[in-house]
Amino acid sequence: MRSDDSNALSQFRQGSPEAAEAAFESLFRLHQRAVYGWILRIVRNPSTAEELTVETFWRIHRARERFDPARGFEGWARQIATRAAFDWMRAQPSESELSTEICAELSAPATGDPAITAEIRLKTALAFGRLAPKLRIAATLAVVEELPQKEVAAALGISVAAVKLRVFRALRLLRNDLKKQGITP
Amino acid sequence: MNPHDLDRMKNLLQRALPPLESGAELRRDLWPALLKRLHAKHAAAARCGSASIDWVWSGWTWFDSAWFDGALAVALVALIALFPASIPVLLYYL
Repeated sequence: MRSDDSNALSQFRQGSPEAAEAAFESLFRLHQRAVYGWILRIVRNPSTAEELTVETFWRIHRARERFDPARGFEGWARQIATRAAFDWMRAQPSESELSTEICAELSAPATGDPAITAEIRLKTALAFGRLAPKLRIAATLAVVEELPQKEVAAALGISVAAVKLRVFRALRLLRNDLKKQGITP
Repeated sequence: MNPHDLDRMKNLLQRALPPLESGAELRRDLWPALLKRLHAKHAAAARCGSASIDWVWSGWTWFDSAWFDGALAVALVALIALFPASIPVLLYYL
């Protein structure tokens, strides 16, 4: 943990109300970009990521007494951010999460394998949007973003084996959904 | 699903949803929005008089703590030990 984090955290937890608010602002300014980037990777929509960044820091403020300095602020914030994103995804009707930017991106010509057409990519993205949020988050972070499974496990608060299992289940369900639509990956 | 299928599905998913560039920039300062939310919380607490939201949350933390679960388990064991006739009733409700 960085020393500026440590000072701000001790002020935030134990300081006077004025000092606590100033410390919280300092923590927010230090970490808002990282938290926003993490949430954006999960929800893939800038406006939603902004809303969820505010929600995450609000939850952090609310849960400040439960903060364990040994775990570090960044990991703790990331876990809360992942939970906030999960809650948001769970509240959304499926298939509504592909933003217009993503749809436009998917309609563009493929840059890699020519066999994977824009239509297949769109159907894949839509089928992926129908998966359960907990499977989608694990697959997005571990497969799409190619983050280390240990990092994904820490953010989700589960074991590495559970991450592997969720990714496997997500890909299997995705393949079955695509097969039903006549797409054989 | 064999490892080959798994790799093909991973590849397809990566093509459908390309990874985002790291270091995404925020489009606006989010501190005012957060401050507004925090002040709304304090205003709600003030409206509730002395029973602030913080108290509710600290109460929840107390309720949620592990020792409460332990005390509940001890009470249950004591109930069973003192009144064995309550076992069928407990089983019925569990």
